[in-house]
Amino acid sequence: MGGLLTEAFLSSLFTGAIVAAVPMLLAGLGEQMSEKAGVLNIGIEGMMLMGAYMGFLIAFKTDSLWLGFAGGILGGVLTAIVMAILCVRLGLNQIVIGIGLTLGAEGLTALLHHFQFSRTYPRLPAPERLNVPGLTDLPIIGPSLFGRHLIVYLAIAAVVVLALLYRRTNLGMTLRAAGERPAALDVAGGNVLGIRVFAVLFTGAMAGLGGAYLANIGAGLFIPFMTGGAGFIGIVLAMLARGRPLWVLIGSLIFGAALSLTTALQVAGSNIPTDVIQMLPFAAVMLVLVLFGRRAKLPAALGVAYERGAR
Amino acid sequence: MANATDTLANLSPETGTGVIGVHGVTKRFPGVIAVNNVSLNFYPGEVHVLLGENGAGKSTLVGILAGLQEPDEGHLSLNGREARLASPSASLEAGISTVFQHSMLVPTLTVLENLTLGAPWYERPPRAEIAARMDELQRDFALSLPLDAITGELSLGQQQQIEIARALLRNSKVVILDEATSMLTPQGAEELGARMQKLVKSGLAVIFITHKLAEAYRFGNRISVLKQGALAGELGPEELKAMSEEQAVDQIVRLMFGRAAGATSSAHRKSSAGEQTVLKVQALSTQGDADVMGLADISLALRAGEILGVAGIDGNGQKQLAEALAGQRSLIAGRVELDGEDITGASVAQRRRKGLRYLTDDRLAEGSVAAFPISENAVLKDIGQSPFWVNGIERPQRIAQHARDLIANFSVRTPGETTPIGRLSGGNIQKLLLGRELFGEARVVVFNKPTYGLDLQNIEASRKRIAEIAERGLGVLLISTDLDELLALSDRIAVMEGGRVRGTVENDGSGEALRLRIGRMMAGEDENKRAAA
Repeated sequence: MGGLLTEAFLSSLFTGAIVAAVPMLLAGLGEQMSEKAGVLNIGIEGMMLMGAYMGFLIAFKTDSLWLGFAGGILGGVLTAIVMAILCVRLGLNQIVIGIGLTLGAEGLTALLHHFQFSRTYPRLPAPERLNVPGLTDLPIIGPSLFGRHLIVYLAIAAVVVLALLYRRTNLGMTLRAAGERPAALDVAGGNVLGIRVFAVLFTGAMAGLGGAYLANIGAGLFIPFMTGGAGFIGIVLAMLARGRPLWVLIGSLIFGAALSLTTALQVAGSNIPTDVIQMLPFAAVMLVLVLFGRRAKLPAALGVAYERGAR
Repeated sequence: MANATDTLANLSPETGTGVIGVHGVTKRFPGVIAVNNVSLNFYPGEVHVLLGENGAGKSTLVGILAGLQEPDEGHLSLNGREARLASPSASLEAGISTVFQHSMLVPTLTVLENLTLGAPWYERPPRAEIAARMDELQRDFALSLPLDAITGELSLGQQQQIEIARALLRNSKVVILDEATSMLTPQGAEELGARMQKLVKSGLAVIFITHKLAEAYRFGNRISVLKQGALAGELGPEELKAMSEEQAVDQIVRLMFGRAAGATSSAHRKSSAGEQTVLKVQALSTQGDADVMGLADISLALRAGEILGVAGIDGNGQKQLAEALAGQRSLIAGRVELDGEDITGASVAQRRRKGLRYLTDDRLAEGSVAAFPISENAVLKDIGQSPFWVNGIERPQRIAQHARDLIANFSVRTPGETTPIGRLSGGNIQKLLLGRELFGEARVVVFNKPTYGLDLQNIEASRKRIAEIAERGLGVLLISTDLDELLALSDRIAVMEGGRVRGTVENDGSGEALRLRIGRMMAGEDENKRAAA
């Protein structure tokens, strides 16, 4: 096993962990706000996929990664608007609509991709990376920590910004009230449906951006169904993080490491069977759920549509 | 601005213009007219009591003033001008703050956060400013609150103070208190009464909703009585001052029920206890934990036709005892016998079939399924049993007929047996549940706080039924926190404290002396031990 810990193995492990973590981080942060406000957003996987498709398409047509990210956000938000209308405004069942959105987005993106590209999978040019003189040249952690695309650092900055927003402004309180006891927020003059719509659209934006990252930076191309459950892992992260953005970051890095370990182990040519290696991330999810799942405390009104004066 | 000041000065009973008014307001719900053509004016400087039974329309009126519902007919006025309150925020902007019967605080937020709830999301909670205002409120209204405590961890009385403080922080002109004393201790209720007087002295209008006559008289400057959604009468401040408490209560009872108050006082019941022991509990103990008190070494014997009262301050193990008897809570020691037969290991359903019935105090959550029609709730404890099910097939006709019988025999007020039970008032749900428990071969009925939360008329009807049940030869275990109720109905009274029975006394009608003895045991004095020593 000693031969495993080579520089190539560790470098590919760290790099892979961060690349895999960013989409889950973005999805998890989005889902966290939505869950705080009482909306269980199962459609997040669909929002991510729409973001990946639109993000790739726009980046491919315009040759601009940044426009691609904007397109990803747009794709996610458009999907989230459907969710906001059906689940928040009309009060339909969040789980059914969420599943419907995910399945719908899977079908729609696969269909559109087939129309445009048939069976070809065109690639984007490799993204430009940040280059911090000195730091990027450090062994092992250099390229993985300091040689990433700017969007990675923006995602980590979002953790700090959200944590401050939740703690320092009334935002966190308003969201939690909407998720714990929406009637109390309503009679206090707050806008329950408004804050919930905002939270759902924010989730869409974050998930769409995560999807765009997955397609444009992570893979450099769009393949139907490429999110492969990253949005669902975002839901798990949000549930385990108990409202703290920092925990979403830590959780996404752990899952990211588990995911990249599969590639890293294969690169290192270990003699562990591939099937076992590929099982690792999912075993990690189960292990974490067994260890910490009981402590996940969810808002009391999570998943319950709010209707004024209902009894 | 000058105009506004003029208007404010004109808000008085003399001009007939209130700070808010309802004018010919009617509100209908499916099958019920909740509020029927009610006109009222509320004036600054007055505690205006809205008094009425459950289902008299008080809560609907509160909902209309709080902007949760809009009237079907009639209109509201603010400072004499016609106005609409289409949403809770419209009501708040109009200077109306409502303290609802069920707390409208978010339990997981801190006190400070609940005080600022509803503020724009991008702002920071103005902690220093609120702390300064809270100091003022503490001086003027004796409201003292720990700003950084988690709301759900505070007592109900403190939580109510948060809601009152919130109303004052918003500079409200009108404060509505909906059944505000129902969750307070008697002392807490007195404090609230004093606080309301301080509020009106500072120029606010207070609307106080209650179904307790004595509170209405003691705390109110003006009393409006509602009956079945309509205004039955009003006592103004001068009238009230001129009356003694008895005269006022007498007058109000006449308005509420159309009969004199003398009829409501219940004399001690004549005993119908027989010789045969129907329920015997020996050294029963249950496991306790941080949230639920355990029971220790409880022994009781109940004879046929006897009412055995269980007294005690709420939360001293009474509910656990009821659940243990019904088979809903497992024992760690002890033995329960019904008619001489050991039923310690029997399941809930077996005990029910053998004739041990339990009427829970939690009518909505535990006693019924709110969304189900009355008919299905009537057979909820007999699912799969004949005659309502035959060979596993449901017989809807028989169930509907059974429900109609119960509705008629127990005078349940409902549009029909298909109405969801959650739409009925507490008293009517209680009647139906009682009918369900008495169905078939009942031997022993365990009542847990049977009259809790009911209005006067239903309380009296329930007590009469409990007495009748005992007269029919059933054993009745009556758990209650209302000592008057126990003294009026019971043959003997067991007193619980800290999960133990501190003593059992004969209800010999000795009045104050007996009360004092029971009170001492409620406070934890052990009569069993004293007798043994």
